[in-house]
Amino acid sequence: MRVKVMAAALTGLLAVSTLAGCGGGGDSGSGGGKDDGKLVLGFSQVGAESGWRTANTKSIQDAAAAAGYELKFSDAQGKQEKQIEAIRSFITQKVDVIAFSPVVTSGWDSVLKDAKDAGIPVILTDRAVDSQDKSLYKTFLGSDFVKEGKEAGDWLVKQNEGKTDPVNVVELQGTVGAAPAIDRQKGFAEAIKANPNIKIVKSQSGNFTRAEGKTVMEGILQSTPDIDVLYAHNDDMGLGAIEAIEAAGKKPGKDIQIITVDAVKDGMQALADGKINFIVECSPLLGPQLMDLAKKVKAGETVDPRILTEETTFTQEQAKAALPDRKY
Amino acid sequence: MTIVKNRLFWPVAILVALLIVNLFTSNQFITLQDGHLFGALIDILRGSAPLILVALGMTLVISTGGIDLSVGSVMAISGAVACLLIKDLGDQNATGSVLLIMGVAIAVSAALGLWNGSLVAVVGIQPIIATLILMVAGRGLAQLVTDGQIINVQSSPYATVATGFFLTLPVAFLIAMAAVALILVLTRRTALGLLLESVGGSPSASRLAGIRAKRITVMVYVVSGAFAGLAGLIYSANIKSADSIAAGNLIELDAILAVVIGGTALIGGRFSIAGTVVGAILIQTLQVTVVSIGVPSKATLLFKAVVVVVLCLSQSATFREKVFGRFKLRSEVPA
Repeated sequence: MRVKVMAAALTGLLAVSTLAGCGGGGDSGSGGGKDDGKLVLGFSQVGAESGWRTANTKSIQDAAAAAGYELKFSDAQGKQEKQIEAIRSFITQKVDVIAFSPVVTSGWDSVLKDAKDAGIPVILTDRAVDSQDKSLYKTFLGSDFVKEGKEAGDWLVKQNEGKTDPVNVVELQGTVGAAPAIDRQKGFAEAIKANPNIKIVKSQSGNFTRAEGKTVMEGILQSTPDIDVLYAHNDDMGLGAIEAIEAAGKKPGKDIQIITVDAVKDGMQALADGKINFIVECSPLLGPQLMDLAKKVKAGETVDPRILTEETTFTQEQAKAALPDRKY
Repeated sequence: MTIVKNRLFWPVAILVALLIVNLFTSNQFITLQDGHLFGALIDILRGSAPLILVALGMTLVISTGGIDLSVGSVMAISGAVACLLIKDLGDQNATGSVLLIMGVAIAVSAALGLWNGSLVAVVGIQPIIATLILMVAGRGLAQLVTDGQIINVQSSPYATVATGFFLTLPVAFLIAMAAVALILVLTRRTALGLLLESVGGSPSASRLAGIRAKRITVMVYVVSGAFAGLAGLIYSANIKSADSIAAGNLIELDAILAVVIGGTALIGGRFSIAGTVVGAILIQTLQVTVVSIGVPSKATLLFKAVVVVVLCLSQSATFREKVFGRFKLRSEVPA
C-alpha cells in the first residue's frame, strides 16, 4: 500500500512537472505516461436526490464528452465513506484531476492530503468543505446563495425606486438550517435594508416543497391582509404558493408579485405565464466551467480559490425566450 | 367531573382553544365566497383530509396490535402512478379516464397493503419490520417511477379531488368523511369492530374462538394501503403534481400521534374512530396555527411539541391526580 501510494505520488509529480515543462501546452505530448494524452477526470457525485442534481450530473457528463475528456464517474449515494472510497480509487488510478460534491462538510482532510501527496489537483463543486488547510484543494466552484438572495432583493428595490408606499413582503424560507435557506434570507435582507418602506411582514419555512409552500401560504393569506410581494427561497415553494393565492381569489404576479430562486423548468413556465415576476437562477449546469477549470489546474495554472457558477436572472420576457431550451 | 375524565375531553378542548386563536388571527374565519365556504376553518378541514384518511387506516391496523409505517411511501407511489397516467392522457380533462386512473392508483395502493398484510399475517414478520421494508423501498420505487422528477398535470377533474367544492364544502373533506362513515358503519353496526378488537387482544384466542384472525389482519393492511393511496391522490391533486420525495414524508408519525391522541391503545384491542378524526384535525389545526400566530420557523417544532406534551399529560389520569390532588390538598390545609 505504502509503495503504491509512493508510486502514485511519484507519477503524479512527474505528470505535473512534465506538463509544467510543456508550458501549459496541454494535450500535445504523452506526458505522465498517458498514451493518448487525454485528460482523465475523476468525479464523485453526492447522489441523485433531486431533479436539480440529475441535471447537474448530466451537465458534467455532457461537458466531459464535448471536451473530449475521459470521465470516471462515481455516485456516492449520499454516503461519505463511499465518496472517500471513490476518491482513493481515483488516486490509485492516477487520474489527472479529481472533482467532487462533498456529501458533508467535514472529515475530508486525510483523503485530500493523500490526493495532494499524489500530486492530483482537487476541485470542489457545488458544496464546500470545512478544511482549515486551503491548499488541499485548488478551487471551489459553486453558487453563492447570499448573492442569489441579494439579487432577488435588488430587483425588488429597483421596482420600487422613488416610491415611498409601504411594500409588505412575505418570505417562504427553505428547510430550517440548510445553507441555501440561511444565505438566501441573509442576502435578501441586506439588499432591502436601505429601504424602510420595504418590510418583511411574515417569514415562515415551507421546507423547499410545493405542498408545504401551499399550506403555509394559505395560513399567511388568512392572517396577513396586505401582501404585496412574495419571496420564496425556491421555485417549488413559489409554485405551491401560487395555488394558494389563486384559491384565495387573487392573481399571482399581479395582486401579489412573486420572486423565487432556482429557475427550474416548471418555475420558468410560471414566469413566462406571468404568474411569477422574477427568478434568480441557481444553475446546476456547471459542467463546461468544470472542464475548463480541470484543464487549467492540470496545466498547473493558478486559479481563483472561489469561482462562482455562471448564473443569471430572468424576467418574464427573458423566460419566454429561454424556456424552449431549458434542460431541467 | 365525568366529562373531564372522558378521553376525548382534552383533545377537543385544545382543538377548540386553537380554533378560537385562529378566529382572532384570521381575517376570514369562515365566509361564503365564489359560491362556497371559504376561510381558515375551511383550509383546516380541507388540509386535514389526507391525515384523516391515513390515520383512519392506521387506527384499524393498530387496533389489531400492528402498525403501518409504509403509509407515506404508499402515498408517494399512488400520486406518482396517477400523475404519470394522467399526463399520458390525450385529454387530461376527461372525467371518466381520470376516475379510472384514480381507481388504478388506489388498487395499486391496496395491493401494496396486501403485501404488508401477507408479510405480517402469513409470513409472521413483526409489523414494524414488515412495513418498514415498504416504507424505505416504496419511496425509492416512487422515485424510480417518476425518474426523480416532479410530474406536473393540468387536469381539472383531478384537481377537484383536493381543491373542489361540493354543496359549499371541500370535496377532499367530504371524501375523508365518507371514508370515516363507511368505517364507522362497518365496525360499529356489524360484528367487525368486535372481531378487530378481539384479534388485537389476543390473535390465538380469537382463532380458537373461531375468528379467522389472519384474514382480518391482512384485511386491515389492505384497507390502510387503500386509504393511504386515496390520501396520496388528494396530496398530489392539491399541488397538481407528483412530488415523490416530499409526498407523505413522515406522515406515519403524525398518523400514529392522531391515533394515540384519539384514545386508541397502541398494544391493540381497543380503538376509537371519532377520537382519531379529532386527533387528525387537531394536528392540522396546530400546523395552521403555527403560521397564523407567526411562530418563528426555528421554534415551530418546539411549539408543536409543547402542545402535544400538554395534551398527553392532561390525558393521563395519574398526572391529573398528582397535580389536581395537590391543589386540593393545599386548599384544604389553610381551611
